Amino acid sequence: MMRPDTERALAEEIRAADGPLHIVGGGTRGFNVPGVKLFTGGLSGIELYEPGAMTLVVQAGTPLAEVEAVLSAEGQRLAFEPMDHRGMLGTDGAPTIGGVVAANVSGPRRIQVGACRDFLLGIRFVDGQGRVVKNGGRVMKNVTGYDLVKLMAGSFGTLGVMTELSLKVMPQARSMGTLIGEGLGDVRAVQALSAALGAPYDVSGAAHVQGGQTLIRLEGFEASVAYRAKALQALLAPFGVWTLNMEGADLWRDIRDVTALTGPGDIWRVSVKPSDGPGLVAAVPGGRAVYDWGGGLVWLCVPEGSDLRAVLGSLCGHATLIRADAATKARLGVFHPQPEPLARIEAGLRAQFDPRGLFNPGLMAGSRGCGSMEMAG
Amino acid sequence: MQMPTPDPAILARKDEIVSRLSQVVPKGAVIWDEVQTRAYECDGLSAYRCPPLAVVLPTSTQEVSDVLRLCHQMGVPVVPRGSGTSLAGGALPTGDCVILGVARLNAVLETDYDNRFIRVQSGRTNLSVTGAVEEQGFFYAPDPSSQLACAIAGNIAMNSGGAHCLKYGVTTNNLLGVKMVLMDGTITEIGGAYLDAGGLDLLGLICGSEGQLGVVTEATLRILRKPEDARPVLIGYDSSEVAGACVSDIIKAGVLPVAIEFMDRPCIRATEAFASAGYPDCEALLIVEVEGSPAEIDEQLEIILGIARCHNPVELRESTSPEESARIWLGRKSAFGAMGQMGDYMCLDGTIPVSQLPSVLRRIGELSDEFGLKVGNVFHAGDGNMHPLILYDANKPGDLDLCESLGAEILKLCVEVGGCLTGEHGVGIEKRDLMGHQYAPEDLDIQMAVKDVFDPGWLLNPAKVFPLDYSASRRCAAQ
Repeated sequence: MMRPDTERALAEEIRAADGPLHIVGGGTRGFNVPGVKLFTGGLSGIELYEPGAMTLVVQAGTPLAEVEAVLSAEGQRLAFEPMDHRGMLGTDGAPTIGGVVAANVSGPRRIQVGACRDFLLGIRFVDGQGRVVKNGGRVMKNVTGYDLVKLMAGSFGTLGVMTELSLKVMPQARSMGTLIGEGLGDVRAVQALSAALGAPYDVSGAAHVQGGQTLIRLEGFEASVAYRAKALQALLAPFGVWTLNMEGADLWRDIRDVTALTGPGDIWRVSVKPSDGPGLVAAVPGGRAVYDWGGGLVWLCVPEGSDLRAVLGSLCGHATLIRADAATKARLGVFHPQPEPLARIEAGLRAQFDPRGLFNPGLMAGSRGCGSMEMAG
Repeated sequence: MQMPTPDPAILARKDEIVSRLSQVVPKGAVIWDEVQTRAYECDGLSAYRCPPLAVVLPTSTQEVSDVLRLCHQMGVPVVPRGSGTSLAGGALPTGDCVILGVARLNAVLETDYDNRFIRVQSGRTNLSVTGAVEEQGFFYAPDPSSQLACAIAGNIAMNSGGAHCLKYGVTTNNLLGVKMVLMDGTITEIGGAYLDAGGLDLLGLICGSEGQLGVVTEATLRILRKPEDARPVLIGYDSSEVAGACVSDIIKAGVLPVAIEFMDRPCIRATEAFASAGYPDCEALLIVEVEGSPAEIDEQLEIILGIARCHNPVELRESTSPEESARIWLGRKSAFGAMGQMGDYMCLDGTIPVSQLPSVLRRIGELSDEFGLKVGNVFHAGDGNMHPLILYDANKPGDLDLCESLGAEILKLCVEVGGCLTGEHGVGIEKRDLMGHQYAPEDLDIQMAVKDVFDPGWLLNPAKVFPLDYSASRRCAAQ
C-alpha cells in the first residue's frame, strides 16, 4: 500500500509504480479494484478559507466531516449536500472531500444550486506520468483554457489522483421548512413536485418516497419560508393537504442517504427526465423507489440480479449499479456503458491522462472488457 | 498578434474546396467572393481582421456533418462561428480557413415546462431562448451583455456568464445536453433532458472549449421559473476599498443577491455624460439586486442596506418603482457604449478573489498612470469578475500596442493575486499568448492532449487558446 504525505511524494510514487493502483479516499464506496491500494488520507488539511469570498482550498484527503465543521463554524456549508453512502453500503471509514468530488456526489439541493462539480473551482492532480497538473483556480468565474475541473469531478479517480481542491462554499440557510404531502402515487407525486419546481418559490429539495411521503423543502429567511410555504400549499391543493414541518433536517438526511430503501436487493441510481421516472419504476417487477431531484433521480431497490438498464431501454438517462454482489456487478457493469463515439473519446482521454492504465482500472464503463472485471470479485 | 501563415496549398485549391462544399449545402449557403466574406473577417474583437477562404452556413446537423467531413478529408481548417460577438477573437478567421456559421440553425425544437428544459438549435440567440419560454413565466438564466445578438453555440463554446450568474451560474451550470459534430463528421449526443450526463463529464469539457473540440448544433438547456419580482439598490462610496469591504460583508451575511455590480469614477462619469442615469459622482458605485416576493425583497434589502450603512455610503438609493429600477440599471447597461463614445477601448475580463478587489483596483490605477492610458472599471463584484476598459486611439500609431501591453500587465496582476486571465469572455487570440502566465507547460500540455483526442488533425479553430509556439508541433505534425 501507499500513503503519501505530500503531493511531491505522491508524484514520485506514481512515477515509480509498475502496476495498477486502487485509489482510496475514505473507502466508503466499497469499490473492489485490483492493484496496490493508494490511500489519500495523508494529503489532508485546509489550505485556505475565505468566508467573505465563499472560497475554500483543501487537500483532497481531508475528511468531509472536518470540512463541514470548519464551514459550519462560519455559518457556511457545502451547498451540494453530499450523501453518506455508509448506511446503504454497510461500509465504514470516513468520507473524504476528494472522494466526494471524484464521484461527483450531490444531494437533494442539486436541483436548486447545482451538482458537486458546479462548486469545484479548481484542482491539482497527479496524472499517470507522475506530472503535477493544475486547472481552474480559486475564483468564481474562470474560462481560462479547457475545463478539466469538470472532467476530473466524477471521473472516479480514473484520470489522475487529486491532491488539492478549490471549492465554492455557500451561507447556511437561516431557516428551513418542509411541506409534506401524504398518500400520493408516484405519478401524482412527481406531478406535484414538477408544479412546485415550476413555481417561483425557490424550492431546494423535492422528493418522494414510494408509498410514503412527498417532500418539498424551502430554505431562507423565516418570513420568506412561511410566505412561500403558504403559496405552495395553495398551488398544490389539487394534490391534497400539505403540512408544514419546520424541523425537517432529519427528513432530508434520510432522503439524501436513501434510508427508506432498507432490506435486501440491488440498488440502482438512475438519472432520467423527471416525468419518465414513475413509468420506469412501474416497469420493474418487485422494485421499490425513492425519488429525489423532483423525480429526476430515482433510487431503485430491485430483486438481486435484475438488469435495470434493459428496462430503461430507449428512455434517455443513465443507470449506475450502486449496490450488488460482485457477480452482478461484473455481469452488468457498475457504470452505464457509453455509446460510440463517446466510448472511444473516453478511452482516448484515459490514454492521454493515464497512458499506463494505472488508476482504478476497470472501475468505470470505459475500461470494461480489459480483463479487470473478472478481478472485481 | 501573430496568426499562422495561411497554407498556400489550401489557398491554391479554393475553387475545388468551394465547389465540393457547395454540393452538400443548399444554394446560397456557401460564400466565397471577396466582398461578401469580408462580413466574416472579424468578431467583437475588431482590432484584428482577416477574411476567410470561404464561409458555409448549413441548415441542419447533417449538413454540418457533411461540411466537416469534407474539410477533414481536404485538410482545411474550420473556424466555427455563432453570431460573431466574441470579445476574445474566438471566431477570427485565418486566410486558409472555412468559417462554419450556425446562424441558420435557429429553431426551437422542444419546450417542456414540466421537466423544465428547452431544446434549441445552437444558432438561436441567447435572448430569444428566454423569448420562447417567457410567456409561460420561464427564462434561461445566463445573460451575457451581448444576449440580444450572441448565439447559444458561442455561449457554449465560451461558457458565457452574465450579470446574474452570482445566483444562477454560467452556461456550464445550465447546460443539460448537446448534439455535437466532431471534425471527422461524426454526429454525437452528450447528456439530455436529465441532470448529470453519464460517464466522464464530457459536457463540462465541451462547454468552454472555444470551438476546438466539436461543433455543437443543438443544446438542451435548463429553464427556470422567473422570480416574482426583483429590485436593485444603488450604493455609492468615496473609496473602492470600502465598496469592496461592503461586497464581502454582504456575502458573509448570508444574503445572496442575484447581482452585485461595481463601477468606478471614470466609468460613472462616462456613463453619466452618455446616459444621464443620475448616478452620484463618487469613487465607487455598487448596484445590488435581490429577487423574490415584495416582502422577501424588503427583508433582504433591509439586511443589505444595514451593512451598506455601516460603511458610511455617500449615496444610498432604493428603487421604489420599475421605472426607478430601470434607471439604476441604465447606467450600468450603457457603460460599454458610454466608454465607446470616449474613444476606442479594449475590454478585459480577468477574475480575482473578491478579497483582492481594493488592492487590484489601486494597482490598475497606478498602471493606468504609468502607461498614460485611461482605464474605467465596471464589473461583477460579487464573483470578482473584472472588466477594466482601457481607452486608446486606434488612429494613433503605437497606441494599440501600448493598450495591449497595459492589458497584459493588468491580466498578469489578476493571475498574481490568485485570479485568472478570463472569467467569461474566453481566451481566443486575445489572451492566448498570456496562457503561460497562468499555466505551466504541463498544464497546457494536458489540455492540448484533450484536443488531440477530439481533433487529432488540429483542424478545428487551431490557432486559438494555446500560444502558437506551444501548439506548433501538434499543428505541424497534423498537416
